[in-house]
Amino acid sequence: MPRETQFILSGAEFSYPGSSGKVLSGIDLEIRAGEWVALLGSNGSGKTTLLKILSALLVPTQGSSFISGSSQDDAACGRKAPCAMVFQNPEDQIVASTLEEEVAFGPENLGCPAEEIRRRVTHSLEACGLSGMEKQLVSSLSGGQKQRLALAGALAMQPAAILLDEALSMLDPQSRRAFTEIIASEHAKGRTIVQVTHRIEEIRLAERMLLLKDGKIEFDMPREDFFRMRSEDLAAFGLELPPFEKLCEILRIRGLLPESCAADIGAVETYIYDAFGK
Amino acid sequence: MANAYKIALGQFIPADTPVHSLDPRAKIIMVMAVIILLFVTHTAAAFTLWFLLLMYVARLSKIPAGVLFSSTKPVLILIIFTSCLHIFSVPGEKLFSVFGISATKEGFILAFLISFRLALIVMYASLLTLTTSPSRISDGLEGLMSPFSRIGLPSHDIAMMITIALRFIPTLFEETSRIIKAQESRGADFESGGPVKRAMAYIPVLVPLFVIIFRRADNLAVAMEARGYRGGSCRTRLNPLRWRKCDSMAVILLGVLSALIIFGERLLVR
Ligand SMILES: Nc1ncnc2c1ncn2[C@@H]1O[C@H](COP(=O)(O)OP(=O)(O)O)[C@@H](O)[C@H]1O
Ligand SMILES: [Mg+2]
Repeated sequence: MPRETQFILSGAEFSYPGSSGKVLSGIDLEIRAGEWVALLGSNGSGKTTLLKILSALLVPTQGSSFISGSSQDDAACGRKAPCAMVFQNPEDQIVASTLEEEVAFGPENLGCPAEEIRRRVTHSLEACGLSGMEKQLVSSLSGGQKQRLALAGALAMQPAAILLDEALSMLDPQSRRAFTEIIASEHAKGRTIVQVTHRIEEIRLAERMLLLKDGKIEFDMPREDFFRMRSEDLAAFGLELPPFEKLCEILRIRGLLPESCAADIGAVETYIYDAFGK
Repeated sequence: MANAYKIALGQFIPADTPVHSLDPRAKIIMVMAVIILLFVTHTAAAFTLWFLLLMYVARLSKIPAGVLFSSTKPVLILIIFTSCLHIFSVPGEKLFSVFGISATKEGFILAFLISFRLALIVMYASLLTLTTSPSRISDGLEGLMSPFSRIGLPSHDIAMMITIALRFIPTLFEETSRIIKAQESRGADFESGGPVKRAMAYIPVLVPLFVIIFRRADNLAVAMEARGYRGGSCRTRLNPLRWRKCDSMAVILLGVLSALIIFGERLLVR
């Protein structure tokens, strides 16, 4: 079933005004609605810039961009946002003083009625584990709590696409898992997810992997192909397998684990128990 | 240290009290009225009554008196300076003299009254910012200015600028103390030397501070755009302004109390 297009970039190039070098060049990319795309790449490879182009905050200096649902007419009040972005540094996106005002900022701009805003605020704060803190000051939150608040602010906009820029960097492992679950449930609702990270652990659920290197798309492949890559292939792209996956790979190479056994704790445990348990 | 600054600058303290829940327009009107009326009264007795009223409202709003008192810190220098000016320049009964300039009893009295008034003004203004979140103050100002938007006053933009300025105050102090700590750890000295040397030591702090502020302002503008902010048109509010009966009551009550204070003072002076 062909899905609707969410983003198209063709031949897109970008350079920041005042600086000569191209941050992005020759980007051809199509993302369909409901896809979960992971965007990998080392520092300075242009990931943030690409997300800003997808959320229409920047316009390519060359080439064209199409973003579904973003029309320029100001009369279109009360609709859902085409995309919401969670920035790398939560400090940068916090506009208001209290948690509820912060989460309400997006829906207020979309022109939602007051009851609707209240519902979205309560619901988003709850989803992000911040309920009961509506009236607290944003300045009293920790870095990880601010990241969760930033996500709550994005969810409250009920966007067609959620763009996450290293949005899990300040979280402890437990919150990171909770955060990933929230994203998974938003994805299940049909939202498009574009997730920037350099940790493979965070993108096990993504369906499609993109690697950006020096402003160019180095590879663009479905997750099956990505997880079939060997660690030396990944290392060539500056990526590293998480310890568990790495161990499975070594065991497979040594012939201690069959190729058919997936790199999954449950599957490996069952295999080891069956093979050596008695 | 950062906390002391936050408190001193009258940063909003969230709480669930009748004062917090008043319409911000009512609070702004009342605080402006009191500040004007503070210039209509001139006696220590009247100032004491204004002070008692302030303390009563502070108690209602669960703001500790100490927080209110420390809000006068930023104007302390101004208070000391004008006091000295009055003590030594007002003619009258001579008490003592310094370098041939004599201090007078009348000067002391006037200095006390003027300092009292100035401290009251600052504390009443802080009471507003302590009990009202920046966004509510902004909504209130926008509401009060909206009649003028017909003659072209950009009331929404002005209100939004004020909110963001207020929201940035804690950030400003956090960044400042971060820079100071970073420079101290690399050997900068902010403690020793005379006042001039100490003031000069802060100049290297200001340069990175300005760079950071401009960058943060840029980032915030992008983030606001990312969240659909397109100015005031078609923007709705989570807590729309609602003028309730208790707001009218508060304004009327303040009117009555002010009238009593002013008439009382007139009677006393005569
Ligand atoms: N506002 C800006 N002005 C000028 N250059 C910038 C700006 N933002 C980023 N860059 C440059 O663009 C390149 C890519 O940045 P960015 O998209 O933030 O990379 P990433 O998010 O992958 O780390 C970097 O070399 C960076 O120095
Ligand atoms: Mg980045």
